[in-house]
Amino acid sequence: MADLTTEFLGIKSPNPFWLASAPPTDKEYNVRRAFEAGWGGVVWKTLGSEGPPVVNVNGPRYGAIFGADRRLLGLNNIELITDRSLEINLEEITRVKKDYPDRAVIVSIMVPCEEQAWKDILPKVEATGADGIELNFGCPHGMAERGMGSAVGQVPEYIQMVTEWCKKYYSKPVIVKLTPNITDVRFPARAAKAGGGDAVSLINTINSIVSVDLDQMAPEPTVGGKGTHGGYCGPAVKPIAMNMVAEIARCPQTHGLPISAIGGVTTWKDAAEFMALGAGNVQVCTAAMTYGFGVVKEMISGLSTWMDEKGYTSTQDFIGMAVPNVTDWQYLDLNYVAKAKISQEDCIKCGRCFAACEDTSHQAIEMSADRVFTVKDDECVACNLCVSVCPIEGCITMEEVPAGQIDERTGLVVSDEYANWTTHPNNPSSTAAE
Amino acid sequence: MANGHQASGIQAGRLAAPEIADNFVDLHPAYDAHEAAVAADRCYFCYDAPCMTACPTSIDIPQFIREIQAGHPTSAAKTILDQNILGGMCARVCPTETLCEEACVREAAEGKPVEIGRLQRFATDILMENGVHPFNRAPSTGRTVAVAGAGPAGLAAAHRLAMLGHAVTVYDAKPKAGGLNEFGIAAYKSTNDFAAREVEWLLQIGGITMQYGKMLGQDITLEGLSADHDAVFLSIGLAGVNTLRAAGEEKSGVRNAVNFIEELRQAKDLSALPVGRNVVVIGGGMTAVDAAVQSKLLGAESVTIAYRRGREDMGASRFEQDLAASKGVSLMFNVMPKAIHGNGAVSEIELEYTSVEEGRVSGTGETTRLAADQVYKAIGQSLEGQPEALELEGGKILVDARGRTSVANVWAGGDCALGGEDLTVTAVAEGRDAAMDIHSSLMG
Repeated sequence: MADLTTEFLGIKSPNPFWLASAPPTDKEYNVRRAFEAGWGGVVWKTLGSEGPPVVNVNGPRYGAIFGADRRLLGLNNIELITDRSLEINLEEITRVKKDYPDRAVIVSIMVPCEEQAWKDILPKVEATGADGIELNFGCPHGMAERGMGSAVGQVPEYIQMVTEWCKKYYSKPVIVKLTPNITDVRFPARAAKAGGGDAVSLINTINSIVSVDLDQMAPEPTVGGKGTHGGYCGPAVKPIAMNMVAEIARCPQTHGLPISAIGGVTTWKDAAEFMALGAGNVQVCTAAMTYGFGVVKEMISGLSTWMDEKGYTSTQDFIGMAVPNVTDWQYLDLNYVAKAKISQEDCIKCGRCFAACEDTSHQAIEMSADRVFTVKDDECVACNLCVSVCPIEGCITMEEVPAGQIDERTGLVVSDEYANWTTHPNNPSSTAAE
Repeated sequence: MANGHQASGIQAGRLAAPEIADNFVDLHPAYDAHEAAVAADRCYFCYDAPCMTACPTSIDIPQFIREIQAGHPTSAAKTILDQNILGGMCARVCPTETLCEEACVREAAEGKPVEIGRLQRFATDILMENGVHPFNRAPSTGRTVAVAGAGPAGLAAAHRLAMLGHAVTVYDAKPKAGGLNEFGIAAYKSTNDFAAREVEWLLQIGGITMQYGKMLGQDITLEGLSADHDAVFLSIGLAGVNTLRAAGEEKSGVRNAVNFIEELRQAKDLSALPVGRNVVVIGGGMTAVDAAVQSKLLGAESVTIAYRRGREDMGASRFEQDLAASKGVSLMFNVMPKAIHGNGAVSEIELEYTSVEEGRVSGTGETTRLAADQVYKAIGQSLEGQPEALELEGGKILVDARGRTSVANVWAGGDCALGGEDLTVTAVAEGRDAAMDIHSSLMG
């Protein structure tokens, strides 16, 4: 069993699986259960300023997207930050951290965008003994209307300013949680770094209307006949989150800035992918909310098994390994040529590849009278749509045409030289190769 | 008190009524909505779908399954019924394992096809439960058509003709419509009087007059029908039952399986229906299985299907064979009846082992005897009572691809006519297609 001990910002945890700031980490009771189940750390549900806590709606807070067997694919929520008092939360955090010194306890905070508000709360949080804080600049609903959450996260200058306050009034690591509801995630990440932030965590939830009740003619979840946009999370958002993590990891200005990745992590593999793209650890919420805290056991055993198979002895061995291979489209090798190949042995003759290619792509698949499907190499552009719609894994593969062979579609010999758009003759601003 | 399995001879009430009721529950219980959603999601929406090609009525299966997925089971039912007006019964009795589900690509992929039959039932049940009849009659054409035989072919033809605006009169020898759906299939495939309810639903189209107790050749004649109507469709089924040609066939206790099944289907109280302690069914088709399984469900101690060829030649599908075996029916292969023994009533059947060479069955000389209080003959049915004017071929009414017989303005379809397997679904297709040809002939 590979050792999953992970150090993030100097905070050690027995594995890289932290629970994200959300209902699962709202109180001592849950967090103790989470630690007993094996979670490496928690980001405590976001604390607000002292005084009367926020209130939540008294109707439904969640909406969901399902697969056919009610597999939960995407979840959206309109819940706000903790609706329990600051004092109680702080007391509980103190107790839990004391009892679980080997686990990471991070405190999420969201207070108004005024220096005094942060100056007031930070010493109290520091006194709990928690390992660090996470600045909630992400929540897209409710709190944003009050000038907090994503309302801050959408303005890089505010991010930098608040981060600077936190570094001024708090001595331990500061993680800046980013909203995906922006056009280019690198700007808020740069602001977090400029403000002295020790790390970023992303993504927070995505603005969403998850479904519409066509009888009430209202968005769901519907509260008294009305709905509002919520924050979308779960397996459906993982691709969006991975891209944002990779963008920050490969941007020269933020490269090396520690990242705690969030967004649809459900199994070990999701975590491995995020970490390969540069995340130092991952945070999980929807998987735990769907299946309970026990899901972490598979994440732990799965990641460990995979690391053993690959010969990795520490998570450090593979963190960021895929980052150098994330590039811009313009640098993709235009001399790389592939063709789809259908394994007749595996083909079940459903014809989905044919319908997809014939109707919506390049008319590169032939169907015989007895339902044998074959690729026309002289038409195939290797778009991969057939692979994407084939119900049998591994039945259709993309086979590289080796250099020296003729690409039947273009009639040209495949070159073994790398060539990309920047030097392509069709590019009006191409630069001649040296 | 029930009389039990071991009571000798032929006895009613071998099992208590509740046990019999349990035994005769629906063979394929209906899906609930969630099960249907999960089952529907397994459909790959194949291009030029093989299941659709395999369906004798060419139901657009991917389309109706997609309509179930999208939350509109009644639209799905309409898609089914457009092609097959008896889609509800076909969902229950079709040997899907040798038709659509055999062709399903998931059968090739994983040996587990999309359960098309059960999905079809889900959709059609919902539509029928809602009391919806999603078809309307065209304005009257002033033409009249006679249909002889109210089985699947006749009903399908009558519905289509009525929908197209013709006035249809359906004649049947029995006091009820439905044909084999009502009288000839196992009770556990048509529970809660489904066959009769389906006929009632079908007749909602209007324009169809039912005439019961009218047997062709006795109460009505082809000449008379032709004189009174613009066209005639014959769907008289196969009224004759093939004989065993074994010594002792006349002994009491030897019966036609179809008569037993009919009696069972019409029985008000199954615990009052007598069944032997030891039952032997001769034959290898669906009727043999239906008779054998139902004998067992009524409480017979031992039931054996004796078939003269090997398993692979059996007319009943593997699913039906396994069903019989699961109910405790013994399957004997390569045996044929040689003699039926007993003093007045059958007490034993003597079977001779067979060998099959180049398709021909011959006895090996070796015999075995089985105790038998009842012997059911299920070795096929034959055309009987057909009008003499009609040309026959292979023991069936000769028809062309459009269903036209050798006599002008007379069409035929279903089991009585040449072509296709003797299945409900095939009969429906033939009735529907003949109706379309009658329509174009009448309106042309």
